[in-house]
Amino acid sequence: MIKLWFKSGAPWIWLNAAAVSTCLIMIVGVLGLVTVRGVGHFWPHEVTRFSYQEEGKQPRIIIGEKVDTSITPAAMAKSTGFKMADDEETLVQYLIKTGNRDLTGTDFLWIQARNVKEHSHPVDMMVIERREWGNFYGQLLEVKENHKTIATGTTAWPILQAKIDEALAVFKEIAHLEKKEIGAINYALERLRLKQRKLELQNKLDDAAKQSIAAEKAGYEVDYKQYQAQLATLYQKIRRDSLVATTESGATLEIPLAKVVRAFQPNAMSLFDKIVHYGTKVVEFLADDPREANTEGGIFPAIFGTVMMVMMMSVIVTPFGVIAAVYLREYAKQGFTTRLIRIAVNNLAGVPSVVYGVFGLGFFVYILGGNIDQLFFPESAPAPVFGTPGLLWASITLALLTLPVVIVSTEEGLARIPSSIREGSLALGATKLETLWLTVLPMASPAMMTGLILAVARAAGEVAPLMLVGVVKLAPTLPLDGNFPFLHLDRKFMHLGFHIYDVGFQSPNVEAARPLVYATALLLVLVIIGLNLAAIVIRNNLREKYRALEG
Amino acid sequence: MSEINSPSKYSSAINQTSGGVHERWRLVKDAIARYGVVVGGLGVIFAIALIFFYLLYVVFPLFLSATAEAVSQYEVPEQALGKTVLLGVEEQNEVAARFTDTGQVIFFAVATGKTLLNEAVKIPEGVHIVSFAQGSPNNEGAVIYGLSDGKAVIVKHQYKVTYPNNVRLITPSIAYPMGEAPLVIDESGAPLEKIAVKIGDNASTIIAKTGDKIRLSHFEKEKSLFADEAAVTRTDAVLDYAAKDVTDILIDKEEHNLYLLSSNGQLGLFDINDKSAPVLVQEQNIIQAGQKITSVAFLNGDLSLMIGDSSGLVSQWSKVRDKLNHFAMQKIRVFKVSDKAVMSINPEQRRKGFMTVDADGTLGVYHSTSEREMIKETVANSQPVAAAMSPRANAVLVESNDGKISFWKVDNEHPEVSLSSLWKEVWYESYPKPDYIWQSSSANSDFEPKYSLTPLVFGTLKAAFYAMLVAMPLALMGAIYTAYFMTSKMRQYVKPSIELMGALPTVILGFLAGLWLAPIIEEYLAGLFSLLMLVPLAVMLFAFAWQYLPKSFLQKIPEGWESALLIPVILLSSWFAFSVSVPLEAFLFHGTLRDWFKTELGIGYDQRNALVVGIAMGFAVIPTIFSIAEDAIFSVPKHLTVGSLALGATPWQTMIKVVLLTASPGIFSAVMIGLGRAVGETMIVLMATGNTPVMDLSVFQGLRTLAANIAVEMPESEVDSTHYRVLFLAALVLFMFTFVFNTLAEIIRQRLREKYSSL
Repeated sequence: MIKLWFKSGAPWIWLNAAAVSTCLIMIVGVLGLVTVRGVGHFWPHEVTRFSYQEEGKQPRIIIGEKVDTSITPAAMAKSTGFKMADDEETLVQYLIKTGNRDLTGTDFLWIQARNVKEHSHPVDMMVIERREWGNFYGQLLEVKENHKTIATGTTAWPILQAKIDEALAVFKEIAHLEKKEIGAINYALERLRLKQRKLELQNKLDDAAKQSIAAEKAGYEVDYKQYQAQLATLYQKIRRDSLVATTESGATLEIPLAKVVRAFQPNAMSLFDKIVHYGTKVVEFLADDPREANTEGGIFPAIFGTVMMVMMMSVIVTPFGVIAAVYLREYAKQGFTTRLIRIAVNNLAGVPSVVYGVFGLGFFVYILGGNIDQLFFPESAPAPVFGTPGLLWASITLALLTLPVVIVSTEEGLARIPSSIREGSLALGATKLETLWLTVLPMASPAMMTGLILAVARAAGEVAPLMLVGVVKLAPTLPLDGNFPFLHLDRKFMHLGFHIYDVGFQSPNVEAARPLVYATALLLVLVIIGLNLAAIVIRNNLREKYRALEG
Repeated sequence: MSEINSPSKYSSAINQTSGGVHERWRLVKDAIARYGVVVGGLGVIFAIALIFFYLLYVVFPLFLSATAEAVSQYEVPEQALGKTVLLGVEEQNEVAARFTDTGQVIFFAVATGKTLLNEAVKIPEGVHIVSFAQGSPNNEGAVIYGLSDGKAVIVKHQYKVTYPNNVRLITPSIAYPMGEAPLVIDESGAPLEKIAVKIGDNASTIIAKTGDKIRLSHFEKEKSLFADEAAVTRTDAVLDYAAKDVTDILIDKEEHNLYLLSSNGQLGLFDINDKSAPVLVQEQNIIQAGQKITSVAFLNGDLSLMIGDSSGLVSQWSKVRDKLNHFAMQKIRVFKVSDKAVMSINPEQRRKGFMTVDADGTLGVYHSTSEREMIKETVANSQPVAAAMSPRANAVLVESNDGKISFWKVDNEHPEVSLSSLWKEVWYESYPKPDYIWQSSSANSDFEPKYSLTPLVFGTLKAAFYAMLVAMPLALMGAIYTAYFMTSKMRQYVKPSIELMGALPTVILGFLAGLWLAPIIEEYLAGLFSLLMLVPLAVMLFAFAWQYLPKSFLQKIPEGWESALLIPVILLSSWFAFSVSVPLEAFLFHGTLRDWFKTELGIGYDQRNALVVGIAMGFAVIPTIFSIAEDAIFSVPKHLTVGSLALGATPWQTMIKVVLLTASPGIFSAVMIGLGRAVGETMIVLMATGNTPVMDLSVFQGLRTLAANIAVEMPESEVDSTHYRVLFLAALVLFMFTFVFNTLAEIIRQRLREKYSSL
């Protein structure tokens, strides 16, 4: 019976089907995992207050968010050194995010469920997101202004919120002054220094030039002093207020409001409050700068850097890819050479991306960049301008990397256009260029678009070559800003993919950073899947169109 | 490249009919565009070739041999002031020093031999110099003079560099680091026949031979917080050793080991960690019978002794841990330098290279790790007296006994790398045996770089192997089913979904593998193994049971939806596998499977190991293989399969005997391209392994691949250094690797396409 069944081949077909199912489960599983973890990060979790007593120790209070639960069978727990009673079958442990790193030294704590005497969710549990030392968990005691208590007890909460809003406004102003205005002055001063050095190198630094430079410098310094004074008052203002809170151990801690990003009481929040909180957190994630060694706050510079790099890359790769494809399909005579070239292009697609990085670093950065520096920027030596990894080189390297994608896709599009269309155009007296420009290329444009989208998707997810040619973990300035010449091709930039690698693996506090990494990964996955789906849709539409043409 | 089409007939027709400016301009534009496109197109092709040639261009200097070039030759300066005992050159190769047996130090210009400064070492009246030794390398180096009254003087030659009027000026001078007054070594006042010194930052050791005794004097500065002057404590000891024949004394830079060489070829190794009680560790004959030791020197780092003998051999001896875990001197390697006696050995100061001069005046420059002979050149016409190599190892001074000094420039950029040091086992200093090791950099300057690409290639292949082990069955079986058995409605969604899997950034896969999968596998190792057994079993059981379902029900479900039906089966069975894993482990292995592997089989477990990489990279490779293989199977001409079915073959028989056979080249090329991708993948390996360059086949151990190695080390490597070029070599190896696989795959695919069109 079974023998016959095996002979029919049906079990093998089922096994092959199982392989497809496994692949599908894997892809859906990975996407689901990233989505669930990434989406959950911003939701305000309940803060629990545990009464906890380990055997033979004093009871104590632990306050924090329950992050994870692990269940270990008794035998295994014993072998790792836990004492287990005979009737216990499993050891249940909770991972609690207790925050307060400035007081306890760690953010996280594993506790055993069996030692939890009782737990509750008091409504006045407060979470404070801070600019330093991570989250704070505790209860609000009072709000202070100039070291004087202005509110205590239940009335303190609304006052605290108002004060925090005030402090945030001041903080924003300070950030604007420091980054925009003073940043601009520093930039201008640096340019002046370079100008002076350049004149010096050309032996043109006469007294007139010196005077004009000095005058300009003095002007900037006056501005600078003025901003300094403004900053001083702002700092005074932001340092005025503080709050006092009690921690889990009963100690009180005074936290200056200058260090507070937001304070909330998750246990007291309604569903609507939580949704609003979620929304603000998502906005913060997308639009703010990172805090605390990238483990908190937003990823705006990484998004910006990725977009800039991808745009630059598109500008470079599209014309070259299209020209190469047009050459291969429209101008070159099909034969051994084109076959060789196609093999080479396909090969290029298979070359490991890190090899492009090595090439980019050696050829673009050190050879091209080094020579550009010598020729055009002798004044900034020994500091390199283009002779160091940066946005331009990263874009060119990735353009080279994605070139095969654009070539192959465009060529495919050109091949699909019926030759009758070309012949018709030529028969009407158009030159080859006119035929190409007015009929063939517009018809192939969706194919080019597909290629470009696929190239963008590939470039957005690529990390290994970028690590060599221009990505950094924290860029002080964006590659695009208000200082002339606005687009700074020589600057280093941040990138979503590298951000994931860096925060997930190089950060000092991996556990705390993990939710943020999942959120970043989710964003990247969404972008890339969106781009790919767009490419698929365009390609399908294109096929339909030509089917109509041919028919 | 003659495939530029000749101007089309149509346009020439236009040309004849109307000769207007506009028409001509159209034709000019057309021509410009034609050449523009050709140039652009070929430029792109050129860019591809550029990558390969640029990598080659950077790698190439590694294998060039070094060159030496004679710059000048001149009379020994101030010959009347005594015979040379030591030559030294400073960093910039401008000033050299000649130390004579009469206690004179003559500084002269390297290029011309013109005397710059003449200094006499302060030696008390009525005493003369008996022995002399160099204490530390040339630049800012120290020497010691042993005197006839049992005392010793230590002198430093130093070079101050200033830039008056933007011109470099080097001012030589001598100084007395231990004071101008001679140090008393032998209280009895016997002459110091042989002497050696090592001067450290805080401690200095002098060893001297008087008569048949070896004396040790150690000076240690003790810095106190309050006093400006450091107090010096002195320790003395007499070594228990038959010292009569001792000819050479060497102390290593840590001042922990003392080497005594006797004229009969005996080496005595003392442990002088405790300066008051030196212990003889080993005594050994290090030379072949009938030969004599003619020169001896430490290699940079003072871990190896280079011993030159009268037969022209230079052997490297290093303190090595033997089987019983004792340290003993062992001969690591031998260089055949010449047929004549080796007169002098000068180590390079920043690398593990050395220079030899033989009795005929032939200069040889070698590198110990790579065992390369970089230069062999005759630099003097008669027997050499002294030789010196500059601190940057780019200049050589040789004095011969016809009273001439020759100044040679040496260009020796990358001696560290040879084919054997890249690919074969190398016996590195202080290692118990030859081994394959990648260790490119370290904090200290006298580190021996270990550039063996073998462990990296091994790691690359290991990772690729495990990835293919995961990916190949899933992808190929999936492709077979999707292309041939699945309903077109489901295929329409399944194929893009799996291809979408390939678009997922590998950094995300790597992150999940390293931070999510690795801990899970560590905890549920047994679950993973039971999953491998249970899931196929469950699938088979389900399939077997399926045919016994009522016919009326089966008819409602069309064929080709098997994989959708199996999803819940697989999910359930894997859930079951994981939930039984822990009790199963406890029952079968009395603890965890990990511990069992460790205690019973001696297999260690790394959290981030080849298994994790295999799964994660398998995931990344599946879409590549799946997509190409599926295309190949799907495009097998329909009349072949229909014919087979018509002749009575079952669908499975048709699949195996007709479809797979026809599509096999396509499947092969799919596997090749997948392999190419697995070999070059960087981020997954970087994040999901510990990046330890070990050579261990175990699936539970980490690894380091070529690509990950490049990503880790490239940003830190200095441009144009040997390390930089070796990393380029690694990139070139990767490039070639994937190039071969992809070209093979592409050619096979093109053949296949032709075959299909002819069928």
